[in-house]
Amino acid sequence: MTVFGWGVFKGMMVTLKNFLTSYYRKPDEGGIFTVQYPEEREKKIENFRNFPFLVYDETPGKIRCVACGICERECPTKCIHIEMELDATGKPARKPAVFDIDYGLCMNCGMCEEVCPFDSIFMDHVFEITAPERQTGLVRHKDALLKANEYFQKIRPTLASVIDQKRKAAEEKKKAAAAPQPVPPPSTGGPTQGAV
Amino acid sequence: MIPPMLRGIEFNVDMIFVTAKAWILSLLAQFLPAWLLVLASIVISGVVILCLGPVIMMYLTLLERKLLGRIQNRYGPNRVGKWGLLQPIADGIKMFTKEDIVPANADKIVHLLAPIVIVVPALMVFLVVPFGERMTAVNLNIGLLFFIAVSSITILPIFMGSWASRNKYSLLGGMRTAAQMISYEIPMTLAVVPAIMMSQSLSTNTIVLSQVGDYDLHWYIFTPWGIVGFIVFFLCATAECNRPPFDLPEAESELVAGFHTEYSGMKFALFYMAEYMNAFTLCAIAATLFLGGWQGPFLPSWLWFFGKTFLLICVMIWFRGTFPRFRVDHLMGFAWKFLLPLTLLNILLTALWQFTSNLAAWFWSILILGISLWTLVKLNRTFVPEKRHYPMGN
Amino acid sequence: MDLKNTENASTLEINFGPQHPSTHGVFRMIVQLEGEKVCGLKPIFGYLHRNHEQIAENLPYAAIMPYTDRLDYVNALTNNFGYALTVEKLAGLEVPERAEFIRVIMAELARIVNHIAVIGFMLNDLGAFFTPLLYAFRERERILDLFETITGSRLMCNFFRFGGVKRDLTKENLATIQQIVDKFPAFLKEFEALLSQNEILCMRCQNVGILSAADATNAGITGPVLRASGVNYDIRKVDHYSIYDRFDFKIPLGEKGDVYDRYYVRILEIRESLKILDQALARIPQGEIINKKAIPFLKMPRNFKPPVGEAYGRVEAPKGELGYYIVSDGTPQPWRYHVRAPSLINLTALEAMCLGQKVADAVIILGSIDIVLGETDR
Repeated sequence: MTVFGWGVFKGMMVTLKNFLTSYYRKPDEGGIFTVQYPEEREKKIENFRNFPFLVYDETPGKIRCVACGICERECPTKCIHIEMELDATGKPARKPAVFDIDYGLCMNCGMCEEVCPFDSIFMDHVFEITAPERQTGLVRHKDALLKANEYFQKIRPTLASVIDQKRKAAEEKKKAAAAPQPVPPPSTGGPTQGAV
Repeated sequence: MIPPMLRGIEFNVDMIFVTAKAWILSLLAQFLPAWLLVLASIVISGVVILCLGPVIMMYLTLLERKLLGRIQNRYGPNRVGKWGLLQPIADGIKMFTKEDIVPANADKIVHLLAPIVIVVPALMVFLVVPFGERMTAVNLNIGLLFFIAVSSITILPIFMGSWASRNKYSLLGGMRTAAQMISYEIPMTLAVVPAIMMSQSLSTNTIVLSQVGDYDLHWYIFTPWGIVGFIVFFLCATAECNRPPFDLPEAESELVAGFHTEYSGMKFALFYMAEYMNAFTLCAIAATLFLGGWQGPFLPSWLWFFGKTFLLICVMIWFRGTFPRFRVDHLMGFAWKFLLPLTLLNILLTALWQFTSNLAAWFWSILILGISLWTLVKLNRTFVPEKRHYPMGN
Repeated sequence: MDLKNTENASTLEINFGPQHPSTHGVFRMIVQLEGEKVCGLKPIFGYLHRNHEQIAENLPYAAIMPYTDRLDYVNALTNNFGYALTVEKLAGLEVPERAEFIRVIMAELARIVNHIAVIGFMLNDLGAFFTPLLYAFRERERILDLFETITGSRLMCNFFRFGGVKRDLTKENLATIQQIVDKFPAFLKEFEALLSQNEILCMRCQNVGILSAADATNAGITGPVLRASGVNYDIRKVDHYSIYDRFDFKIPLGEKGDVYDRYYVRILEIRESLKILDQALARIPQGEIINKKAIPFLKMPRNFKPPVGEAYGRVEAPKGELGYYIVSDGTPQPWRYHVRAPSLINLTALEAMCLGQKVADAVIILGSIDIVLGETDR
């Protein structure tokens, strides 16, 4: 219609319709979709990547990380600091003594998760992190980063189940290779496969 | 219509405020001389208005925020008190506790006076608004003239405020605001003239009474000149209050800041208050002149009045949520080149109506209106959207 | 772009400071006014310079990918696409078919995300007190939630890898995308009813900020700004990169080159993107999502050493031509890395468009060019 003022009128009808439907439509069909934080929370999405954390199996002593330092090297912002633990004789003990991540520098890119060959560092979902001051308050040390495998399975079930199955298959293979056999093959394979 | 038993109750509820005031005066009559009683009557009206005005303004701000929120698919404020009902009180406390900053080179006296002077006409206009059947605070027989004259004072303190700020951007903003308000006064006044012609009086109460008729079909909005007059008056009222879409002078996202940039705390609260009270009174007068004021079946008269005013305010808020802003030259062009000829034509239509008020009048009115609107639109090329064509390439 | 010498006392020089509600980031304009008309304009940017190119020259190629997200932060996936394309050109990597389809789907979703945000913000600058912005963002949220489900993050997606993409799309993801594509036209219709024939909008936007086709081509403008001036140039059709030549879509062109045309061309481009998405979702094949030769480099990014040489790869970003120029010297870090940011090049036409217009129009002309400071300043 080319009546002068028709565009204005149509616009007002659209706004009126939105006003009325905001009272009875559901959130994803055009109603109000405000989530009244902190009483309500948004639904969790599995693949959400926020800051990293370390995984341990069963007890915090059985940490999966062997302090290889690959994530420290590959981190684009250089926010990870690792020091290998030395055992009594001074040899490296394949466990980190110091594992610091500076959450203030971390940009949540997920490169550490991608490059880790030992399935030990993954991206967490926790985002309600505060600290009184920036330089030292946001640095997380090893004990704050360690979380159980059960927690990992709870927040990322599909990925955790894939990783668990892979590790179980590797365990089986290791047991089969280590068990006494008629013709023991020269075992060169290590406990970890390092597959993609 | 109403059964006789309920009629008495309805009458009592209708007159509840009048009887309350009469009761207070009768209490005071026991120990006051007659002339002091007159003064007391005026003081009671004045006190009621002084309390009513700011409270209305406070809850208007809340209403605006909630309605805008619903239009935009979100809740408005709902944290402070249930449904946000204590939000205006929180806003008020915030405004009181802000620091009062006066620019170094500013003209201190004028800077202080501007917000005070702007609130006074906004409050004075409440005196002639007919809130209910016998509830006009002061029943002037030139009520409408008083209204128009006093509401025109508002332009002066805006200019005072922008001048006193010693800020070239505020000055530009203030001058634009003054130009806008002056330009829109003229179509507003002319749009009111038909109502005066038909009711033969300037008193707001008489104008409402002359719209009494069977089944409320005598409201002025149900006539061709009434519709045009109401739309023009409402648009001019929106422009007078500096409300969107006519709010270029006080827009934050434009370059030049508005006239109230240099005001903070209580002074800014007074400017804010004046704007909302202006909006309320202009909607109230629009309801009185064209929508039949306090008339309506069954419900008490003051309830009808507030309902109609409330509806018009919701339409103003609806405008705010829908439209982008006018640019300054479009604003002026719209007032002078479109609304003004339309109002003059409206007076012609009213005269036609006064002589032949039946079907023939409707026919002639619609014919004249159609031709003139078409001519005006053709003459105002810039206001009409062009049709565009978008070829699709490969 | 020096301003004229202000000997004339009636010229007012106003600074649109870096902090301003409607300059889309930390952008500064010095505007010279005579009364209401603009007679000189000088843009000043650089407030968001973050040394992106310098940082990238010290990192292995794969680690630069998260940084490219942050260039044009409104639609991060397009930047990833451009970078991945350039490095694949440099290293001679092929991309499997399913990965190409996933890339096109993500790129077109990013285009929709960007155009919706731009239209919403432009209308906000015009003064339509947040209503069109919030309606637009309601739709945008659906797509951003989808991005979070697939890539892990709403905006900083970091999804593309050399030779493919990081993660596969599941059946639920494809169903969600189909749902979004189906519901979108209804929203566009409502949006158009709200605004496209609105008299006030047309008054403010038509015949304002006209850019002729000759001026645009000479200044090197690309993207919707160029197409709104009538020049038929879209890199998806010119370069045939990725698998765009398998899809049937048209290029909307404007006729006059004013603000209204730029706004409307973007709406039409959203419609064309929806068409591409429909076709891609219908035809997506099963397959691998990353080139087998590139898989070892995912775990050991330091081993990725492209051959010595240079490459310039460009994509049709929603803002224009986004180009990456990489010179490799055989080491894991690039020797030179440069980003051709469309926002920066498009800004050169700002003064030409604004001269003679009124002050209130300068803001909406800036909004219609659609700049984002992350890209302009890198």
